Amino acid sequence: MSIRRGMGIAAALALSAGFAHAQISDGVIKIGVMNDQSGTYADLAGPGSVVAARMAVEDFGAAKKGMKVEILVADHQNKPEVGSSIARQWFDVDKVDVIVDVPTSSVVLAVNQIAREKNKVLIVSTGATSDLYGKACTPNSLHWTYDTWSLGNGTGTAVVKTGGDTWFFLTADYAFGHALERDTEAVVLKSGGKVLGKVRHPFPSADMSSFLLQAQSSKAKIIGLANAGADTINALKQGAEFGIVKGGQQFAGLLVFLTDVHSLGLNIAQGLFLTESFYWDLNDQTRGFSMRFAKLHKGAMPTMGQAGVYSAVLHYLKAVEALKSDAPGDKVVAKMKELPTDDPVFGKGRVRVDGRKIHDMYLFEVNKPSESKGPWDYYKLRGTIPAEQAFRPEKDGGCPLVK
Amino acid sequence: MSEIFGIPTQALFGQLMIGLINGSFYALLSLGLAVIFGLLNIINFTHGAQYMMGAFCAWFLLNKLGLNYWWALILSPIIVGATGVVIERLMLRWLYKLDHLYGLLLTFGLALIIQGLFRQEFGSTGLPYAMPKALEGGQNLGFMYLPIYRAWVVVFSLAVCVATWFMIEKTKLGSYLRAATENPQLVQAFGINVPRMITITYGFGVGLAALAGVMAAPIYSVNPLMGEHLIIVVFAVVVIGGMGSIMGSIVTGFALGLVEGLTKVFYPEASNTVIFIVMAIVLMIRPSGLFGTQK
Repeated sequence: MSIRRGMGIAAALALSAGFAHAQISDGVIKIGVMNDQSGTYADLAGPGSVVAARMAVEDFGAAKKGMKVEILVADHQNKPEVGSSIARQWFDVDKVDVIVDVPTSSVVLAVNQIAREKNKVLIVSTGATSDLYGKACTPNSLHWTYDTWSLGNGTGTAVVKTGGDTWFFLTADYAFGHALERDTEAVVLKSGGKVLGKVRHPFPSADMSSFLLQAQSSKAKIIGLANAGADTINALKQGAEFGIVKGGQQFAGLLVFLTDVHSLGLNIAQGLFLTESFYWDLNDQTRGFSMRFAKLHKGAMPTMGQAGVYSAVLHYLKAVEALKSDAPGDKVVAKMKELPTDDPVFGKGRVRVDGRKIHDMYLFEVNKPSESKGPWDYYKLRGTIPAEQAFRPEKDGGCPLVK
Repeated sequence: MSEIFGIPTQALFGQLMIGLINGSFYALLSLGLAVIFGLLNIINFTHGAQYMMGAFCAWFLLNKLGLNYWWALILSPIIVGATGVVIERLMLRWLYKLDHLYGLLLTFGLALIIQGLFRQEFGSTGLPYAMPKALEGGQNLGFMYLPIYRAWVVVFSLAVCVATWFMIEKTKLGSYLRAATENPQLVQAFGINVPRMITITYGFGVGLAALAGVMAAPIYSVNPLMGEHLIIVVFAVVVIGGMGSIMGSIVTGFALGLVEGLTKVFYPEASNTVIFIVMAIVLMIRPSGLFGTQK
């Protein structure tokens, strides 16, 4: 077959695709789900986030609308250098248009730079550092599900209000832990509480007993866990063993996912206060979404990070449809900020100028074993923080996009 | 309150105690490695995975068969040890005459496969394993609150370590074993079944790893990666103690637990690296380790 004839066939195919054949780069919208596929954060993001992204593409009806969407998956192993090289490979060679999910704040900040440089799109769901919509914000990135400020604000305020006014922080020693500690400390001080001390543990750390002992001797009423995943699980598990709660101290889990509670068991996790932006059993819409998700993901309910990936991909595709193009990245992001968001996960919401997607945040308390009606029935709702108050005010973040 | 280097003595004692507890895990695991290396000349990189299998086995026994912690303490090392025997018979025995590197590569590959399979099946967050009823609660020692379970871990692992040392260094069976590593042909000529003895030794070393896994189950998250994080540290312990030295691995295990515990008080950020710093220094001064003998 001659080259010319081949080109002809390709052109005909492109035309027959109907939808915006000229504007979609390479004729395919490529979504890269980048997260931890095998380590500490694999259950709270990992393959579940890929399931959520696929559901979003399906629910959007991409095939019916003549849009070709492809999903790529990569494991960044929670290492910034691995994440960076995947991002470069994806943007330069594989023509990926948008990277979503990205737990582990140090990786987020590295990939953020690259997305800006290549003028692509980065939508962070599981990554937590609030710097992403603060001093590190770019016209190419969005922060979707939750962040260190909103977590600290939710749990910190509630705990100080109920009398937990002296704190000791157990902090994972990397960008995420530092941001979470900083944001929560600010809230504690603002609400009239005091911080008696803090200790930074290596990430990841299996043995927390030594740090717990330091927390215990600080006599602080509240031990704030500025870590996540297995680190949080180990701290809570060993805290129970060292009689922290029996001795009159309380834990505040600053970032606890549903899968963490599942792994801890209610015996240990009961009574824990935590802030999340999503729980499967909030309303009919969240239940409907979660049941479908569970069927595709070994019966496990989605975490807020995974649900956020669904919401983010759905909104991204809406913006591409409205714009009739998936490039350049900053144009797509601008469109996403312009359109209101609406999905079964977070309900109605919007994206702010600084790249922060806003929706309600919820304060939950973990059920006692006797209160749980079955598997995954773990939380009871203790309060709702309205969208406009749940995230750091635009003017305080230091994002250069906010004028 | 009196202080040492700005740290209250009470806190210091507490941390030393914790160090001793962690040290008992290091000791138990490095002991298994030392036994396997000393007698088989195999660098057993599957050790971390076998430790993890021990913990998972305990979980299975409890949740599927209703057998409690005490049963797990006996059965889990036997079951996981039996898988070790299979590995030795089918794969390892072909490698004894080859360079160390082959054994290392094989066991490393096996570890990756085993961990991958467990992760595929159980995810990475881990499973809950309840503390045995008899060992719940704790005692206030004045300078710290000591959970009974942790005290049990120290006492029990010390007993296992000493018993193992005694068996290998002081009994007739142990003398056969040691002779078999020195000169297998000669020992075989005396009518002793050397290959079988080596198989059992590998199974025993693996059983020690599984035993440590069972003891870890109630206090650490039972997850497929629990061994991966620990194995590198344990290898450092073995290297510092002197490859293959039984006593060396026990003493170094406890001692490094203490060093790590102190680091967590004075400079927590370095607590993951301090063992490797010690390793580098020891290797510079005594390349064969603290208790090792130059061959």
